[in-house]
Amino acid sequence: MTEHSGNKTRYALPVSMVAVLGLMVSILTGMGSAPMDLRDATDSEARSESYKKDSIQSVKAFLEVYKVLMSPRCMNCHPAGDVPLQGEDSHLHAMSPQRGKDGKGVFAMKCSNCHQASNTPGLHTPPGHPDWHLPPADMKMVFEGRTPHQLAKQLMDPNQNGRKTKEQLLAHANDGLVLAAWNPGEGRSTPPMSHEAFSKAWNTWIKKGGFAPPAQ
Amino acid sequence: MPLLWAIRDVIGLTGTKYGCGVAQCGACVVHLNGEAVRSCVTKVSRAEGQKVVTIEGLSGNNDHPVQTAWQEIDVPQCGYCHSGQIMSAAVLLRENPNPSDEDIDAAMSGNICRCGTYLRIRKAIHLAAELQQKGKG
Repeated sequence: MTEHSGNKTRYALPVSMVAVLGLMVSILTGMGSAPMDLRDATDSEARSESYKKDSIQSVKAFLEVYKVLMSPRCMNCHPAGDVPLQGEDSHLHAMSPQRGKDGKGVFAMKCSNCHQASNTPGLHTPPGHPDWHLPPADMKMVFEGRTPHQLAKQLMDPNQNGRKTKEQLLAHANDGLVLAAWNPGEGRSTPPMSHEAFSKAWNTWIKKGGFAPPAQ
Repeated sequence: MPLLWAIRDVIGLTGTKYGCGVAQCGACVVHLNGEAVRSCVTKVSRAEGQKVVTIEGLSGNNDHPVQTAWQEIDVPQCGYCHSGQIMSAAVLLRENPNPSDEDIDAAMSGNICRCGTYLRIRKAIHLAAELQQKGKG
């Protein structure tokens, strides 16, 4: 018995010590890892939350996006016809340059003949970008005259949006030609919100499901 | 420095004209790698190491089909815009050897003529297309 008791005692002590040591180890290691785990969990939840479909938030975000897309800086190069628009009132571009098959103009009237890689200095001189163009003739991606419902549907449809996937659409907010809207050259307004705010609304709209506002 | 400045003031080729200075009139059109760029807004750095052709270099003896047609029809009045007109027309005929009136309008709508010689320009481009197809210039 004594031996047994002694054995039990000897056995019990190491168990307690292991338990205490184990607790200490877990506390010590926990000091470094717990906040990281918490942060990961929070990010993960946030990510899944941000991708969770929500038609109300999505539509609300698109209505902000729509304000930018209908501003002259965006709409002027997404005309209903085959001539780009120009100016704050989105009138037909002087000289009537034509879209052409690839969206880059025709013959002696190609976009890059006047539009340089960067803005030309001076009031109302040609704005610039290395890849200045309209959408191509086989997918015109018209903004002009589109209602919020029509435009949201069109943008989410790969057969009408330049065959862009959801990921490509998300990345498009940072496309160089899109960014050029916020560097329009002298005498031109910028879109009605910052690029940061536009990008946030654009991402929210798509990540929350890319819903279209109701048809009017 | 704009390419036009380099062409006219540095190199001394004055056939290319200064019109508006903001890419609105077409008087300054030259060929940059075959494209009808407006040299008044084209930085000379864009042309560095590239092929630039001005009206002086369009043909060996002023006998490009467009130049021949221009003389045949007697297109110019004051003549100031016509080096630009001819350079634009040459690009049109290279890309479309048999242009319709609509094609001509689409190609030439950026070249303004203060004398209003547009009808003769269109007629001369049709003639130039015929000359080009016959191998004459």
